[in-house]
Amino acid sequence: MAIERHLNDTVVVTNLEWFVNWARKSSMWPLGFGLACCALEMIAAFVSRYDLSRFGMEVARPSPRHADLMIVSGTASKKMLPAVLRIYEQMTEPKWVIAMGACACSGGIYDNYAVVQGIDKYLPVDVYIPGCPPRPEALLDGILQLHAKVMKEKSLAANPKEKSIKAAV
Amino acid sequence: MMTQQEIADQLSARFGDDIRFSTFRDQMSAYINKEKLLEVCAFLKYEPTLQFDMLSFVAGVDGLPRKPRFEMVYQLYSTTHIHRFRLKTLVEEEADGWGEIESVTPLWITADWHERETAEMYGIRFLNHPDPRTLLLPEEWTVHPLRKDFPLRGTEQDTPDLPHVVK
Amino acid sequence: MPQPIASQEMSEDTRYTSREMEINLGPHHPSTHGVFRAIVHLDGETVLKAVPYLGYLHRGYEKTCENKHYHQIIPLAERCDYMGASSNSLCLCLTVEKMFDLVIPERAQVIRVMMAELSRIFSHLFWLGTHGHDVGAMTPLFYMLREREEIMDLFELTAGGRLMPNYLRIGGVARDLEEGFLDKLRKFTDHFDGKVDEYETLLTKNPIYMDRTKGVGFLSLQDCIAYGITGPMIRASGLQWDIRKTEPYSGYEDYDFNVPVEDGCDVYARYLVRVAEMRESNKILKQTLNRLVEGPIRTKAPGVTYPPQEEIFTKMEGLIHHFMLVLEGEKVPVGDYYACIESPRGEMGCYIISDGTGKPYRLKWRAPAFVNLQSLGKMSEGCLFGDLIAILSSVDIVLAEVDR
Repeated sequence: MAIERHLNDTVVVTNLEWFVNWARKSSMWPLGFGLACCALEMIAAFVSRYDLSRFGMEVARPSPRHADLMIVSGTASKKMLPAVLRIYEQMTEPKWVIAMGACACSGGIYDNYAVVQGIDKYLPVDVYIPGCPPRPEALLDGILQLHAKVMKEKSLAANPKEKSIKAAV
Repeated sequence: MMTQQEIADQLSARFGDDIRFSTFRDQMSAYINKEKLLEVCAFLKYEPTLQFDMLSFVAGVDGLPRKPRFEMVYQLYSTTHIHRFRLKTLVEEEADGWGEIESVTPLWITADWHERETAEMYGIRFLNHPDPRTLLLPEEWTVHPLRKDFPLRGTEQDTPDLPHVVK
Repeated sequence: MPQPIASQEMSEDTRYTSREMEINLGPHHPSTHGVFRAIVHLDGETVLKAVPYLGYLHRGYEKTCENKHYHQIIPLAERCDYMGASSNSLCLCLTVEKMFDLVIPERAQVIRVMMAELSRIFSHLFWLGTHGHDVGAMTPLFYMLREREEIMDLFELTAGGRLMPNYLRIGGVARDLEEGFLDKLRKFTDHFDGKVDEYETLLTKNPIYMDRTKGVGFLSLQDCIAYGITGPMIRASGLQWDIRKTEPYSGYEDYDFNVPVEDGCDVYARYLVRVAEMRESNKILKQTLNRLVEGPIRTKAPGVTYPPQEEIFTKMEGLIHHFMLVLEGEKVPVGDYYACIESPRGEMGCYIISDGTGKPYRLKWRAPAFVNLQSLGKMSEGCLFGDLIAILSSVDIVLAEVDR
């Protein structure tokens, strides 16, 4: 734009929504939260070889108050479900959910009395990552997809989350 | 180290006709009466030539529709003589739908969790158990999933997703 | 101005008394290695007792197994103890093979030992990393995960899966080793001993680490036996007992290795045992490379083991065998059998009762972590709260195995 050139490229003109979304996706802090086998692949994604910090996500927060992203990594058993929901409720808005692994997506191979058949029955899942367990690359890809989704959100609307779900549908 | 047959011989020398044996491949199991359980276990543990000081696991089995319905399996190991042996006993279903058997925790502390697990999975009550709470299932459930008449996927009423939601 | 806590109204007697406090640890807590939960009764900083609450990862493993064919249980079993996946499938396969009285070809035996020892190193590496992390040393985790990735690459090369190779089959293994696997394995075994030295420079003589672990979590040999504890924990309490030596399986009797033993009975001794075990495993791995002979990778037993892929595609009998096996499962003779192996955590056993159909009538999984964790209450009596975390991590629990 002309005004930027006029000011020697010291300012950038954009719209506020883009800027908010950009800030949100660039420092999305995941909750350090592992349920089962997939948690090991999540840890592998955090450390040196796959290095999630390239996406501004290296700080896994043990406290849900500090976290923006819940990676449901593994099987949610029925006994654990109330705790998972409680943790989700404790996270501050805006917040996103990734269902990592077959178990979180659909119950996986555990089609039985003890396992919740897909965490999406209770949580608004943004991105599903299939696999048993998914490779760290798959998790990275899921996170990038989530970033793309965040960039499309109407974050300044009155009820941003609801709108974004509608937009995605 | 004693062979399975030698252990069996020693048991039948001590308890006579109260014990039956079954053999499969190289392993033997001894069937004993429920009432004799602690006596036989104490013998196995303290007899110097046997010395089964470690209990590998305790497992329940549901033999529906056989009567008596349940079977308890005790797998023993001796760290001094390096041999194994298996004890089995049959447990009938009482009028309230539960089985009932003495706990072996006085002899082997390790039976504690195994018996708690068996209690909730099969509905077998362990008498004189030091800590008879549920172990693995949500506390609100009253079902016994490993029983043969329990459906694999559970039911909406018995195993709800959110345990604290009372229907 | 802030008032002192013990205010003037309190009488002389009550001012410094304390009362018991209960703290809930988990099921979501960064140092509980999963979804473990304990309610800890504290007097100040001292733990009076810690009561574990389990079942937050109860996935109905045993019930599901009763509804699956034996080959279908292999992936389930690997997810039971996801840290040393191949050990689990080895345990399951051994039990079924013993029930059939199968003889496994030499090449398959060696490959199995290879996979079992790789998964032992794999498991101990991750344990060492997280254990260091729990007692405040961040660096080991990154070192361990570096070598762990190498093992994952090896798994990927053989079987396609990084974490769960799902490679063993009843009667042998799924397919032959991939080209280049042996070279990679040789490279790994050559430099791994040096890496263990590197880990030891981080922790073994580290005064902070020693302060936090020496004399912590004491468990005498008598208690170990009473609680049924197996594996590195009982070896750290002075009993030189390893199922690979006492009841050898998969040809372990032909390998030359030592069983490391310590008599410290504490967290530090458990650390030393596990580090020494990694060296011994590497020693076994080096021997497997020389022992690997050419030959079939699976026993030929129609109705029990899968026929080779070429036979399925070219021969009618092969196709029928495969077809029947998939539809009906392998019909294990009526009987019951218990077989156990030395998993990274201790005696992992599988007890199967068969009624002659393609599915087990009852499958009981003797999970070492489940049994070992029972001693937590005993070990943590009177320790400090910070030590409780060190003790918990020294048990090396895998919650999927504890809760099954």
